[in-house]
Amino acid sequence: MMRALRAFLVLGGLMLAINTLNAAEAPAASASADPVQALLDQLPDADYATKRTIVDELVTHHDPKVRALLVAFLEGNLYVRDSDRTIVIAAEEPAGHTRIGTNNGLRRSLRGAIARFDLSDPDPKARLAAIEELMRSMDTETAALLREQLPAERDPDVREAMTGAIAIGELTSEDAEVRLGAVRALKGNLTADAFNRLTTMVEPAADGTPVETDARVRAAANDALYSIKRWRSFYSLVETLFFGLSLGSVLVLAGIGLAITFGVMGVINMAHGELMMLGAYSVFVVQQLMPNHIGLSLLVSIPVAFLVAGLAGVVIERGIVRHLYGRPLETLLATFGVSLILQQLVRDVFSPNNRPVETPAWMAGSLRINDILSITYTRMYIVLFALLIFAALLAILRRTRLGLEVRAVSQNRNMAKAMGVRTDRVDAMTFGLGSGIAGVAGVALSQLTNVGPNLGQNYIVDSFMVVVFGGVGSLWGTQIGGTALGVVNKVLEPLTGAVLAKILVLIGLILFIQRRPRGLFPQKGRAAEA
Amino acid sequence: MRFDILKSDRGGTILLLLLAIVTIVVPFLHLAVPDGSAFHLSSYGITLIGKYLCFALLALAVDLVWGYCGILSLGHGAFFALGGYAMGMYLMRQIGTRGVYGDPVLPDFMVFLNWKELPWFWHGFDQFWFAALMVVLVPGLLALVFGWFAFRSRVTGVYLSIITQAMTYALMLAFFRNDMGFGGNNGFTDFKDLLGFDLSLPAVQIALFVCSSIALAAGYIACRFVVSSRAGRVVAAVRDAESRTRFIGYKVESYKLWIFVISAVLAGIAGALYVPQVGIINPGEFSPLNSIEIVIWVAIGGRGTLYGAVAGAILVNYAKTYFTTAFPSIWLYFLGALFIITTLAFPRGVVGILGRRPAARVTA
Repeated sequence: MMRALRAFLVLGGLMLAINTLNAAEAPAASASADPVQALLDQLPDADYATKRTIVDELVTHHDPKVRALLVAFLEGNLYVRDSDRTIVIAAEEPAGHTRIGTNNGLRRSLRGAIARFDLSDPDPKARLAAIEELMRSMDTETAALLREQLPAERDPDVREAMTGAIAIGELTSEDAEVRLGAVRALKGNLTADAFNRLTTMVEPAADGTPVETDARVRAAANDALYSIKRWRSFYSLVETLFFGLSLGSVLVLAGIGLAITFGVMGVINMAHGELMMLGAYSVFVVQQLMPNHIGLSLLVSIPVAFLVAGLAGVVIERGIVRHLYGRPLETLLATFGVSLILQQLVRDVFSPNNRPVETPAWMAGSLRINDILSITYTRMYIVLFALLIFAALLAILRRTRLGLEVRAVSQNRNMAKAMGVRTDRVDAMTFGLGSGIAGVAGVALSQLTNVGPNLGQNYIVDSFMVVVFGGVGSLWGTQIGGTALGVVNKVLEPLTGAVLAKILVLIGLILFIQRRPRGLFPQKGRAAEA
Repeated sequence: MRFDILKSDRGGTILLLLLAIVTIVVPFLHLAVPDGSAFHLSSYGITLIGKYLCFALLALAVDLVWGYCGILSLGHGAFFALGGYAMGMYLMRQIGTRGVYGDPVLPDFMVFLNWKELPWFWHGFDQFWFAALMVVLVPGLLALVFGWFAFRSRVTGVYLSIITQAMTYALMLAFFRNDMGFGGNNGFTDFKDLLGFDLSLPAVQIALFVCSSIALAAGYIACRFVVSSRAGRVVAAVRDAESRTRFIGYKVESYKLWIFVISAVLAGIAGALYVPQVGIINPGEFSPLNSIEIVIWVAIGGRGTLYGAVAGAILVNYAKTYFTTAFPSIWLYFLGALFIITTLAFPRGVVGILGRRPAARVTA
């Protein structure tokens, strides 16, 4: 890939040169006293053996244009002008030129030379790319070439890749001892190349005879494969757990706002999903307002979404929910009405279609831990973000005046009132807080799913499940319950498929509620009898 | 005394009278009034009214558990859809060789999925009596098992509502799967005939409409019978003070369970009548939103009255038909506002506004 790209660039540059010079050729190197030029001058008339020594000699000069020359030479695009013996690179043979010939042996050394050239690139990434390129055709010769470079290599990642490549190359060795050493070196190597090579070694060929003739090497290969497989399954387990954790974090984010409104206040807010939707749309609006700062926009969206959804929550509480305290099922119906209105409002203001929300650059990409395990930054940030929100909420409820009052009102409304707590205000603030958190969760969701009028509906059932599973009124329950549901879901997924996993989780949840009708962490005392 | 149940039920009497009038007038308007006349009712109109009647029966079922037993089920759409699917399976088997692929046994979607034989649970559905039995049995059994688990462990109130919602959600996901053998995403459609009668004939549509009407009337009388029986009074006691009823010595769980099962069966029958009239059943019927909408019909009509549920279902659905064609974007605002205003200002619903008679005491 890399080479193809570079060759393309060289050619592209060349076309440009051709156009500007208005000739079908371009001088590849200007005549001067430099040693590269001296070597090049000898090239057209040398025999193949001399050409090889010249190529080897060229590599030692770290001149960027040498690489272009070698690539052109390898691809048969190197010509010499008959009149003055100037060497040129051209895609097709220009008039009055002769191609500088290559043969198989020369092409092989050219490939090695290019790889060696790249291997001595000062950038470790280029060196890794070179090794990856070499991996396509690893044999003992290439392995030997890499072995030469190994002592000079300082970067640990490149060294590791090199050692692996050498071992893979040496697997093709004629000498059983060398193969044995190579197989042993590959133990614990998690690259797909190592796994495939070793697997083909131990599997019998079409005629039933083993590909690997030496029994000791076969045994060692089996042993190495076993250890590789164990590591692979370990890392895939880690990956599954992480996927579960990230799904769990989404569930926690969706549920934790509800844990406040439903759990602490006992209000079933069916518009909760739509409050998340408002949060997600806040991201869209903020991004429209600051199109040149996408990276920053997401951070700005967090307080904006909190305020938008929080204010909407306060309005809902003051306008509707306040009149329905003590009648939870009717609150459910009224807030469902609110959710319908909000959905249609979004459809009319924005559009019935999904709105594009950009992912900032710092969230793109993934953290590569090894060849099997890599973690996308989006998921990682979601996990961290969910933890952060949880900690913040916990701190608010435990450490602030508002938190104290919220707990007092939820435990005994009349007594709190008698002690001078303005319960009306506390109700509005609590509902606003829960709704604001829903909005913040919407910011996170905007990075994971489509931002459209149905965003809320897709999460409402899940978020209720999380709260009920964890135990109403318990933030810890929501946190642990959500994470557990996420992990169970993702562990089941490879066994049963995504949809069936979800169904099983739902059925499990229904059965769980039978065993523990008040969730994982039930409220104790009189409040539980409400 | 048993047969006097309608004597003290003025709302119910009015309802049954209206129903009788509609049942006679609608076919007349369709068949006897000429096509060009302003009073002519198209066949679309007939199936539309038939559909409303099915919804009314469904609302009746929800009112029975919610209004009289205080169980807010957010999963009644599941029983409705299961009844519909049972009927749909019969109708699919009736298509026979007239399907696109012309397979005498396998429905089209199975041929499409390259299945070789009928799954075991599809056997017997070529017989109408078996399908009819399943219409009653499948929702009834699901309600029995679900209710037995839920009521025995005393899952009540909001928790029960949420697990019923989980139930219908899980069923929806399951029915969306192609491997389930219920047509996946597309469900069943393209029905040909019922008991040998072509479904596209006006006479058959009228017959179905009359059946729906009779089913609604019978369902209403049955529900009225249940709630005014001795057991029905215990059920109302459970609604008003569950613990107290239990302490007096009634087996609260059994009463709840039976009322739940009866309600599920009614919902299943409504679904079975609905499917041949609209000509399609798909997993969307299981969506939790549908189930919430049913609750809204009941709330708007006035719960705990039975006839209120019927009125609510018909009013809301008529409004839905009207708004979604005339002002599609206003419909959700209207429905949403209806929810809010009803719960805030008219907790007894439409019949609460109209009726001079006090409705049954209602608590959540």
